[in-house]
Amino acid sequence: MRLPELDAILADINRIILGKERPIRLSLACLLARGHLLIEDLPGVGKTTLAHVLARVLGLDFQRIQFTSDMLPADILGVSIFDRDSGSFHFHPGPIFTQVVLADEINRATPKAQSALLEAMEERQVTAEGKTRALPEPFFVIATQNPTHQIGTFPLPESQLDRFLLKIELGYPDPAAERELLAGADRRQMVASLSPRIAPQRLIELQDSVRAVHASPALIDYVQALAAHTRTAPRWQAGLSPRACLALLAVARAWALLDGRDHVLPEDVQAVLPGVIAHRLRPTDDTLRTNVESVAAALIEAVPLP
Amino acid sequence: MARINRPVSRRQAWWLLATALAAGLPLTPQLPLWLSLAAAAAFCWRAALTLRQWRLPPRWLMFVLVIAGTAGVFLQYRTIFGRTPGISLLVVFLALKLLELRAARDAMATALLCYFLVLGQFLFTQTIPTALLACLTVLITTANLLAASDDRPNPLQQLRRAGLMLAQALPFMLLLFVLFPRIQGPLWGIPQDRFAAVSGLSDTMSPGSIAQLSQSDAIAFRVQFKGTVPQQSQLYWRGPVMPAFDGRSWRVAQTLGAYPEVPYRGLGTLVDYEVTLEPHGKFWLFALELPATLPPDSALTSDYQPIAREAVRNRLRYNQRAWPEAIAGVDEAPGALRDALALPKQGNPRIRAISAGWQARHGNDGAAILAAAEALFSQQLLIYTLNPPLLGADMVDEFLFDSRRGFCEHFATAFVFALRAAGVPARVVAGYQGGEVNPVDGYLVVRQYDAHAWAEAWIAGRGWVRIDPTAISAPSRINNNLANAVPSGEELPFLARGDLAWLRELRYRLDAVTNGWNQWVLGYNPQRQRDLLASLGLNEPDWRSMTAVLSVLCGMVMLGLTAWILRNRLRVDPSLAAWRRFTARLAKRGVAWQTWEGPLAFAERAAKQMPVHAEAIAEIASLYARLRYAPGPRASEFEQLKAKIAAFKP
Repeated sequence: MRLPELDAILADINRIILGKERPIRLSLACLLARGHLLIEDLPGVGKTTLAHVLARVLGLDFQRIQFTSDMLPADILGVSIFDRDSGSFHFHPGPIFTQVVLADEINRATPKAQSALLEAMEERQVTAEGKTRALPEPFFVIATQNPTHQIGTFPLPESQLDRFLLKIELGYPDPAAERELLAGADRRQMVASLSPRIAPQRLIELQDSVRAVHASPALIDYVQALAAHTRTAPRWQAGLSPRACLALLAVARAWALLDGRDHVLPEDVQAVLPGVIAHRLRPTDDTLRTNVESVAAALIEAVPLP
Repeated sequence: MARINRPVSRRQAWWLLATALAAGLPLTPQLPLWLSLAAAAAFCWRAALTLRQWRLPPRWLMFVLVIAGTAGVFLQYRTIFGRTPGISLLVVFLALKLLELRAARDAMATALLCYFLVLGQFLFTQTIPTALLACLTVLITTANLLAASDDRPNPLQQLRRAGLMLAQALPFMLLLFVLFPRIQGPLWGIPQDRFAAVSGLSDTMSPGSIAQLSQSDAIAFRVQFKGTVPQQSQLYWRGPVMPAFDGRSWRVAQTLGAYPEVPYRGLGTLVDYEVTLEPHGKFWLFALELPATLPPDSALTSDYQPIAREAVRNRLRYNQRAWPEAIAGVDEAPGALRDALALPKQGNPRIRAISAGWQARHGNDGAAILAAAEALFSQQLLIYTLNPPLLGADMVDEFLFDSRRGFCEHFATAFVFALRAAGVPARVVAGYQGGEVNPVDGYLVVRQYDAHAWAEAWIAGRGWVRIDPTAISAPSRINNNLANAVPSGEELPFLARGDLAWLRELRYRLDAVTNGWNQWVLGYNPQRQRDLLASLGLNEPDWRSMTAVLSVLCGMVMLGLTAWILRNRLRVDPSLAAWRRFTARLAKRGVAWQTWEGPLAFAERAAKQMPVHAEAIAEIASLYARLRYAPGPRASEFEQLKAKIAAFKP
C-alpha cells in the first residue's frame, strides 16, 4: 500500500534540496504527524528553501516571520487598527494566519515574542484583544534556530522546546550534492515552477491515516522500554516524558506510512528517535550534547527489543 | 536510612491498629482482665490520635506506662517469664508501641510484635481455626510491613503483594516442616500450666460420674484399625481398673504394681490398631482388651492396664495390638483376690442376703454364682437411663430393688457388690465402650459419651472374666450406641443423637479434617518423619543426609520459583521464539542478531553478508515483522514462517 503521491512529493523536494533525503523525509513525517518542526542549523544550509518547497508541493499557503530581538507578539499574531471610515477597530491578521509558517531564527526574539508563537502552535488558535480566531488547517510551523552558543540569542526553555515534535539538523551537503547545487539552476526559480502534488484536503486525510497506523503491543513495549531506560540510566539528566513517548510513536507512525506500511516497526522508532530526543533528552555529560546521532545510537543499542 | 524515618501516614496507622487488633483479640481469653482493658484503652487512644490528629504522648509518659505495664504483669504472675506472662508483656509492648507511631521504623516494630503475638496464640490452642486466623493475621501484618517500607500502593495492592510473597514462601515452609530434623514432643507443647481442667475418666467412680461424662461429645481418642474394625460389642477400651470400694465410690489400687504381674494367654487373631489419644492429664492409656503389645514408655499393671510413664498432657499416638480373647489371671496373686473381695462392713442388707443365699447354694462354684447374678439382673427389669434418681446410703439395694433405674456405673457397682458378697472376687473396670467409625477417613472416634464401666469376675480355672451388667438390661448400649439405649426423650449430647443425617455427614467431614490436622500437622513427630522419609527411600537418615536433602530440595524450589517468575516475565510470542531460532542459526554462521536490531534492518545486514541467502532472509524477516508488529491474527503466515525457518539451512 505504498502511496505514490508521497513518493512524488519526496522526489520533488529532493530534486531541489540535494543530498538531504533523511531530513526531508523526517520533516514530511513531522507534518503528517501534525507536529511542528524545529531546525537548528547555521544560516544558508537551505532551511528556508525546505519550508518553501514543502508548502509549495503540498499546495499550502506560506509565510515567513523573521524573528528579531525587538519583535512584539502583535508582529506575529496581528493587530487591531482603528478604521476611520467605519469608526471601529479592524483586526489585521498577523503573518501566523497561514498554513505553513517559517519562524526564522526564533531564538533571536525575546521570550515574550517566542511564547506568542509557541502558544499559537499548541492551541492552533490565536486570541487577540479578547477574540479567539482559529488558525487555518493544516497548520505547520517550521522554526529555525541558530546554534545557542551564538551571540544575541534567547535559548528556548525545555518546556517550550517540547512543543516541537521533531528537531532536526540539515548540515552541510556532501561534495557531490554541493557540486550539483552549484552547477544547477537557480533554486528560487525551481521552487516557483513547482506545482502542488496534492490538495490540502488530501493532506488532512493523510494525517488521519497516520493515526490509523497500527502499533502492536510488542512495539509499545519497545517504546516503553526505551523511555524506562532513559528514566533509570544515569546517562541522562531526566528521562523521556509521556508526551515525548507519544511524540515518538506519532512520528514513527508517519515514518511507517511514508514507507508504505500499515504498522510500525522498531526500525521506524529507531529512525525517528534522534529527532525526537534531540531537544528533549539532556545527557549528563555535556560534551555529548552536540552529537545527537551518537547519543541516540547509544540509547538504541542499550535497549533490546522486547 | 531516610526510609526508616519517613513519617507514618494516617492510612498506615489505621491498618496497623487493625493488625494489632487481629493479633491481640484472640489472646484476650488468656490475658488478665485488667490487661485486656488497658490494651483496649490504648487502642482507642490510638484511634483518637489518628482520627483527631492529636500530638503523640510525650516520651516521659510512655516511659511511665512501660514501667507500669511491666510491673502489672509482674504483680499478676510474680514473674515475667513463661508463657502467659511473656505473652502479656508482648501485649503491653504492642499496645504502647501503637501510641508512638512516629516513623516507618515504629511501624516495622509494630508489625514484628504482631508476628510474635500470632506465634503466641499457638502456645494456647493449635486448632484449625486458630491456624486460619493466624494465616490471615500474618497476611495483614506482612502487608503492613511492606507498607512501612513503601506506602505508595493502596492497601489492596499491598495485600496482594504480601499474599504473593507468602505464597512464594509456602514451598519452603512445607519443606522445612516435613524435613527439618524433629525433636521429640509436640510442636507447640509447653510443659507448664496446660490442661488445668480436661474432661475424662477419673481415678474414682461414684454414681453419676460417668453419667456426667455422657453429656460431653468431646473426643477421647481416635483409633485407626489396620484390618477390619471389630464388632461394636467387642470394643471395650480398658481404662482404670478399680478394685477398691468404700460403699459409695470405686477407686484404683493405691499402689501400682503391689502384686506380681500375671501372664496371660491370648486367643484368636491379633487386632492391630493405632490410637491417637487426646490429652487427659492422667497416666493411663486406653487399650482394646486385652493388650498384646504396649506403647513405648509405658508399662502394664497387674490388672492389665497400660500406664504411661508420664501423665498424658499432650496428644499421644501409639501403635498397639490386642487379643480379642484372653485367658488372664488364672494364677492370680492371693493378695489381689483378697482385694477383690473387700466390702464395707455394713450396708445394702438385701443384696447381701441374696448373695449369701447364692453362696450357700453354690459354694465355691464361681460360674454358677455368676449365672445367678446375671439372672437376678435380668429378672429385676432394670432401666438404663442418663437421669438416675439420687440414691441413699444403701445405694446397691435402692438401685436393684427400689428405683431400678441407673447408668452403667450403677449396674457395674451393684453387680460387683453382689459377686463380692457371694464370695466371688470381682472388680469394676472403667473405660470406653464402642465408638463411631467416621466413613470419611475410616477412623473410629471414641467420645466422652462412650465412657462406660463394666465388671470383671475371677472364676477359678478361667481367671478374670468380663461381664457387662449393662448389656444384660440394655443390650443395645453395647451393640449400637448410647442413643439407642436410653429411653427416648432423654437429653443427649448433640452429636450423640441419631437424627439429622446432613448434620451427621457434616460432622464426619469436619472431624476427618480435624483428625488429619492432628495426625499430620500437630502430630508430625520424629516417628512420622522417619516413616515418611523411609517411604521416600531414605532409611534411618542422620542429620547430615537430612540437611543435604533439605538444601537440595530448597534449591530446587528456589530454581522452580525463579523459572516460574522468569517464564511469566518472558512469556514468549511464538513468532518471536521462531525468530530466535532463526537468528541463532545465523549466529552460528557468524551473522549475529543484535538484540536491539529491528528485523528488517537485520535482514538487510545479514543479506549483505550472505548474498546467497538474501532472498530467504528477507522473506523470513518480513514475515516475522508482519507477524509481530502488524494488526490481526495471521495463523497461515505463522505456519509459513515456521516452514521457511525450518527449510532455512545457511
